[in-house]
Amino acid sequence: MTLSIDPQKTNNESLQPKGWIRYFSFSLDHKVIGIQYLVCGFLFYLIGGTLASAIRIELASPMSDFMPRDVYNQVLTLHGTIMIFLWIVPVVNGAFGNYLIPFYVGARDMAFPRLNAVAFWLIPPSGLMLVASYFVEGAAQAGWTAYPPLSITTPQSGQIIWILSVLLLGGSSIFGGINFIATIIKLRRPGLKLMQLPMYCWAMLGTSLLVVLSTPVLAGTLILLSFDIIANTGFFNPVLGGNVVVYQHLFWFYSHPAVYIMVLPAFGLVSEILPVHSRKPLFGYTTMVFSIMGIVVLGLVVWAHHMFTSGTPPWMRLFFTIATAFIAVPTGIKFFNWVATLWGGKISINSAMLFSCGFIINFVFGGITGVALAQVPFDIHVHDTYFVVAHFHYIVYGGTVFIIFSSIYHWFPKVTGKMLNEKLGILHFIITFIGFNLCFAPQHWLGLNGMPRRVAEYDPQFQFVNQISSLGALLMAISTIPFLINVFLSVRNGKNAGDNPWNALTPEWLTSSPPPVENWEGEAPLVEEPYGYGKEISEQK
Amino acid sequence: MTTLDSSKEIKKNNSEDNEKHEDFRMFGLITFLIADGMTFAGFFAAYLTYKAVNPLPDGAIYELELPIPTLNTILLLVSSATFHKAGKALLKDKNSDSQKWLFITAFLGIIFLICQLFEYFHLPFGLTDNLFASTFYALTGFHGLHVTLGTLMILIIAWQSRINGGRLTSQNMFPLEAVELYWHFVDGIWVVLFIILYLL
Repeated sequence: MTLSIDPQKTNNESLQPKGWIRYFSFSLDHKVIGIQYLVCGFLFYLIGGTLASAIRIELASPMSDFMPRDVYNQVLTLHGTIMIFLWIVPVVNGAFGNYLIPFYVGARDMAFPRLNAVAFWLIPPSGLMLVASYFVEGAAQAGWTAYPPLSITTPQSGQIIWILSVLLLGGSSIFGGINFIATIIKLRRPGLKLMQLPMYCWAMLGTSLLVVLSTPVLAGTLILLSFDIIANTGFFNPVLGGNVVVYQHLFWFYSHPAVYIMVLPAFGLVSEILPVHSRKPLFGYTTMVFSIMGIVVLGLVVWAHHMFTSGTPPWMRLFFTIATAFIAVPTGIKFFNWVATLWGGKISINSAMLFSCGFIINFVFGGITGVALAQVPFDIHVHDTYFVVAHFHYIVYGGTVFIIFSSIYHWFPKVTGKMLNEKLGILHFIITFIGFNLCFAPQHWLGLNGMPRRVAEYDPQFQFVNQISSLGALLMAISTIPFLINVFLSVRNGKNAGDNPWNALTPEWLTSSPPPVENWEGEAPLVEEPYGYGKEISEQK
Repeated sequence: MTTLDSSKEIKKNNSEDNEKHEDFRMFGLITFLIADGMTFAGFFAAYLTYKAVNPLPDGAIYELELPIPTLNTILLLVSSATFHKAGKALLKDKNSDSQKWLFITAFLGIIFLICQLFEYFHLPFGLTDNLFASTFYALTGFHGLHVTLGTLMILIIAWQSRINGGRLTSQNMFPLEAVELYWHFVDGIWVVLFIILYLL
């Protein structure tokens, strides 16, 4: 007796709607759910991007002339929350995870298909609720961190809707995490060993462990915060004897691992893309696996490096500085593994590869500023300045979002059966890469010179650099246009891709494009060497 | 490619044998309970930190008495044993015995909740009186929510274990095993809560 769906049942047309309508249904097919995650996430990315543009327009001049200050606070709060909880986490985990993991483990669907559908369908309503909270009494204004006492003293209704929405999204994330762990551990095809899994499976296993261990703590914290707001309790309210630092500890116990929840799957995806387009096996598979697990363990014990200015005692500063510096070791191993994978390979320069290489460049830069930020004296100097904003965006945009685009270029032929246009893709990469670096690299300078973050007005001496940054943001906004044109044109009249346009060896390419409902016509193939490039095909057998 | 071609020849001949997986629903439930446990861990961490760094302000009352919570601990521990009895009985196809033990377990759960409410109404402090009072009500309330849900689930499976038309049989033990694991989990959390909140 298992919960995995019976093949006869899913083939039944009454249960599985056909055509585009299935993307609006409570479909149990992991591929449909993956696409639902991706498209839904992308729509929220457009909303979040619009908000980011509003922020950069406001900051093009030193005075708050584009919007009132409280609206600016709402915009930056919504921008952060939407980008993290509705774009990056659902897409890099939910979308690619749901689409790829069942293929990689040789299964016909996820372990709990209904739970999977529930996890997705929690996202659109909570996202809409969050966006709509602007029209109530104003949206939340306390930033995506919702630090009390700010979150207690700003208008209540917006903050409560924010909490409710993040709780629902957290629930969705936990359901997804449980599903991924069960699928990877329990649903593997007989004969497939753990150490033969493609690297993305390991990344998702690590990520899901982090989700399951840390997201519930955020949920508990937000419930306490909502009591403070509604029921007048004093958990985090200093006026009533509460302790704000406890909120920060509990919040960062989730939100530091959340950074790894956003970036570990991207590590996995780039490890899939690089070997295919450089025709070489992934360098250092075993070290890669141990690095991922090392990051998971260390990622859980470094949260207080966000709080070096919160009256943290010296022993705590020492411990968290050392633990944070240690994370550079597994991350560095992964970085060198990717470079070594490229080294001497037969590299094809296409959009997927360009975005992956862009990721490597941006990520190493974000990583270096990360190690710098872990050092207490430096951190105290740049705390809450634009240096932190720049560091964070180098990891999350320069890292993860570049990989999301890279993955879309890589897997689009599998999902739709059509190729994307390479010229438009390369144009998209060039504008994005220039725009991104133009936008965020100058912010390091702003931060080092003392421009605080989350302000609508600033010292006029920073105006020129801010305008360069805003110009970069404009380019980033423009870069979406060739991408959207590319997707719409290619879905309609793209070149036919065939089953395996990249000659890749991972299991999802061994079925037709787009794949049938149950993934394989016959038995699931056993892929013992997902990265066995450069060997004779006879050896593959 | 090559692998696909060879698998096409085999077609669906042996695919059915290969696709019978062991039951992983319990695995999913355990993962969920770990997540749930982390929520409690967050609450406990907050409470212990408050205890370490936030002194009780002058004139604030935060006193707990032991008799009712001790009784509650015993009630929950006994209910875990009676639940186990229900599982044993069902395994031997004694459905009515199983149903009887399930009702006893649910009854103990309800008594627990009544005692908890009785304690709430007789405590000398309210929800918003001070930090410790708030944390006390948040923790015990969140646990009480778990007991309430558990009791409802026990009543549902007790209904399902009826002899005519019930879905719960010795061949289909999963619902009972799942609720039993959940109930033991809620029980274990109470023991930790009792030690941290009342004894420390």
